[in-house]
Amino acid sequence: MSIARFWRATPQRYNLGASKCTVCQQVYFPPRTVCPNCTHHRESIGKMQPLQLSGDGEVISYTIVHDAAEGFEMQVPYVLALVRTDEGPVLTGAVVDVSPSEVTIGLRVRATFRKLREEGKAGVIHYGYKFAPRETAPAPGAPPTG
Amino acid sequence: MDAGVVSYGAYVPKYRIAPTEIGSVWGADGAAMGQGLYIVQKSVPSPDEDTITISTEALRQALQRGRIDPQSIGALYVGSESHPYAVKPTATIVAQAVGATPHLTAADFEFACKAGTAAIQTCLGLVGARMIDLGVAIGTDTSQGAPGDALEYSASAGGAAFVIGRTGVIARIHHTVSYTTDTPDFWRREGQRYPSHSGRFTGEPAYFKHVTECAHHLMEVAKTTPASYQHVVFHQPNGKFPQRVGKQLGFTDDQMRYGLVTPFIGNTYSGAALIGLANVLDHADPGERILMVGYGSGAGSDAFDIETTPELKRFDRALGPSVESHLHGGTFLNYAVYAKFRGKIHMGGT
Amino acid sequence: MREVAVLGTGMTRFGELWDRSFREIGIEAGLQALVDAKLSSKDLSALYLGSMASGPLLDQEHIAPLILDYAGLAGRHLPAIRIEGGGASGALALHQGYLAVASGQYDYVVVGGAEKLTDVPDTTGNQIASASADHEWEVVFGATLPALWALIARRHMHQYGTTPEQLAQVAVHAHAMGAKNPLAHYRNRLTVAQVLGASRVAEPLGMFDCAPLSDGAAAVVLGPLSEAKRHTDTPIRIAASSVATDTMALQHRRDPTVLESTRVAAQNAFRAARLTPSDVQVAEIHDGYTISALVALEDLGFVEKGQAGPAFERGEFTGRGRLMMNPSGGLKAQGRPFGAVGVAQVVEIVRQLRGAAGDRQVPNVRVGLTHDVGGTGATSVVHLLERGEP
Repeated sequence: MSIARFWRATPQRYNLGASKCTVCQQVYFPPRTVCPNCTHHRESIGKMQPLQLSGDGEVISYTIVHDAAEGFEMQVPYVLALVRTDEGPVLTGAVVDVSPSEVTIGLRVRATFRKLREEGKAGVIHYGYKFAPRETAPAPGAPPTG
Repeated sequence: MDAGVVSYGAYVPKYRIAPTEIGSVWGADGAAMGQGLYIVQKSVPSPDEDTITISTEALRQALQRGRIDPQSIGALYVGSESHPYAVKPTATIVAQAVGATPHLTAADFEFACKAGTAAIQTCLGLVGARMIDLGVAIGTDTSQGAPGDALEYSASAGGAAFVIGRTGVIARIHHTVSYTTDTPDFWRREGQRYPSHSGRFTGEPAYFKHVTECAHHLMEVAKTTPASYQHVVFHQPNGKFPQRVGKQLGFTDDQMRYGLVTPFIGNTYSGAALIGLANVLDHADPGERILMVGYGSGAGSDAFDIETTPELKRFDRALGPSVESHLHGGTFLNYAVYAKFRGKIHMGGT
Repeated sequence: MREVAVLGTGMTRFGELWDRSFREIGIEAGLQALVDAKLSSKDLSALYLGSMASGPLLDQEHIAPLILDYAGLAGRHLPAIRIEGGGASGALALHQGYLAVASGQYDYVVVGGAEKLTDVPDTTGNQIASASADHEWEVVFGATLPALWALIARRHMHQYGTTPEQLAQVAVHAHAMGAKNPLAHYRNRLTVAQVLGASRVAEPLGMFDCAPLSDGAAAVVLGPLSEAKRHTDTPIRIAASSVATDTMALQHRRDPTVLESTRVAAQNAFRAARLTPSDVQVAEIHDGYTISALVALEDLGFVEKGQAGPAFERGEFTGRGRLMMNPSGGLKAQGRPFGAVGVAQVVEIVRQLRGAAGDRQVPNVRVGLTHDVGGTGATSVVHLLERGEP
């Protein structure tokens, strides 16, 4: 993918920049300029507001990929999921830091920031969101378990 | 100084490898090597992790924990010797990824393992001079030892981010001093994949001399003694060096209890002392005094006289994962997968 | 609007055609169809050519005049138009050809579909297949086309209890039919155990759940039904040609187990033809992945949502019910040269309705359906074909 094409979507790929229709309150990712819900009334034109997703969500479907997409070859087999974010939009993303056998529909995940692919050894590196299981962090001061 | 730490976050990749596994590949006694260095295990970054992603995770935690608006950050510096680009800043990508752009200054620092503490000093200067309200100092590395080299048993990945400011300070930095000389104990020439080092020369004339001289100087300036501190954190290229230098300076094991993390995650280079400090802050009560001495080859030390404040009571440490959650557990790799993850396998093609 | 008939069919063998070029296979299918329609090239009005990825595959765009040229027709200066719609390119080309004849603008048109997948390495072929999904919001994040269909499969299993064995049955059936089709890419039979034991591509889908990357070309000649008797004893009427679309990315669907584009295209087609799913005896359905066929059977209206797995297992679409699915072997066994698929489906249905399908002839067929999909369902195309009354 060309540098400009990737760079243009940095706010979305790095920070989950979405948009919300102020007419019907529906949230969209990636952001849309027209609300699919309200399109035929044209009510939403000019009324889409930016909104940042929290990155928290739940796996609604997943697959364990063995024939990798470009850039993912080193992580085979990797988990790819449809994640329904708490704000509503569903995102397609890899789930990392998890053993494939631990993934289930309903797993709570949180967006994380990872490398997506490199344009060869000398080219630019593309970064963006993946997801990781949302673990409850042990309280500081808790005794070591190991 | 009225400035200090406003928030902090630390991140260590999930994967681990044990010295015995590394030793078994090179026909070495990995167990003895691990004991000699006091390295139980070291962290390994996943193929999609690098200094940029680790720095971002650590900073996101710091911002979340301190409930800090990223737009209020006036400076962001990332110290590392493993910046993914030789030319193109790590700091701009991290700043963009946390939503701190565009009204801030940003740069990458390099000073072997003390680039992160150097970044803290720079932020203190800017904050103290009231040029900015909040500065971010990050120390992160995904360091590599050459296959079979002694460094391979310790070189690991991780980082920590510290937000430096004047209001809401949870740990005031009373004093900081440095000690700098031209001492070629460890280096990596441009274009070289793995660093080189001068063997035992990295010990007495390098690490020990700089750390002890710098610590003495700081305690002189601060008018303190080892007994003034509840906690001490040293740069920790392995588990043994900081233990030894601590004894030499007159600190007890108890003072080092939380500041020593390398035995469980390996040497995170620019992240090492900072992750130790993060672990101390995870456990400290208000009014406790911390001595931190970083070290970077080449060579120099930065020492800090720090004291936790009553703000720490109001600060919700549980909003981010504790350092301790990274010290235990993890997913262990065999050497083959480790070699693949670290790009040590020649893949053919271009 | 005029009634439109298919007057002739042509098709190359599908598979690894190492010694044949894109031009050669395109011309072979087209000329076969012309001869079958008893037309000479001077009767032709236009060419519509479906191709998904001639650029990435061959570094050659602008392929419609190229095929006409090498068919010896450059001197006729005919309109020649290439159509692209992912894996549904061929079916879309047919839709355009149908509209042209129905409108009265053109009398006789050739609709072709061709793709040459073996001229690139498999990894490139797979990347090109994935380009029919949303590159910026799916592929960049690690999705491949089979991975996206696997997400549909996993969700279908979760919601309806569909099993890997039921998915495997789709591939077993495809190969059983392909074995009877001399033009099929794969003519070997498969067992459920072989499908389940094959190496995994994107779980729950394995290698034998996925259609291959093939070379091949197919063509049909369309003309006004009123003139059909001059060309063939068995003209096949296009009773409906229907195209529908949906969100580009799977992630934006309300329910990932439903291909709304297929539902809408089918409903519109059945309404236009005044037919219902129970009138159809033979169907060529998109089975790029085993799950694709099960989802399609539901969304086309042949079985209730979620029930395709058990129904398939009972043999309802493989000989024991009213409908025979994919007598050609489908994309899975006959092969998947992207742009040729939608046209090849029509070739098979026409041959079935003419009673000219050889060993794999389905008895007593009067109405047939074709269904092609681009990507994960951003485009669906449904055609209903019927034996024309003289």
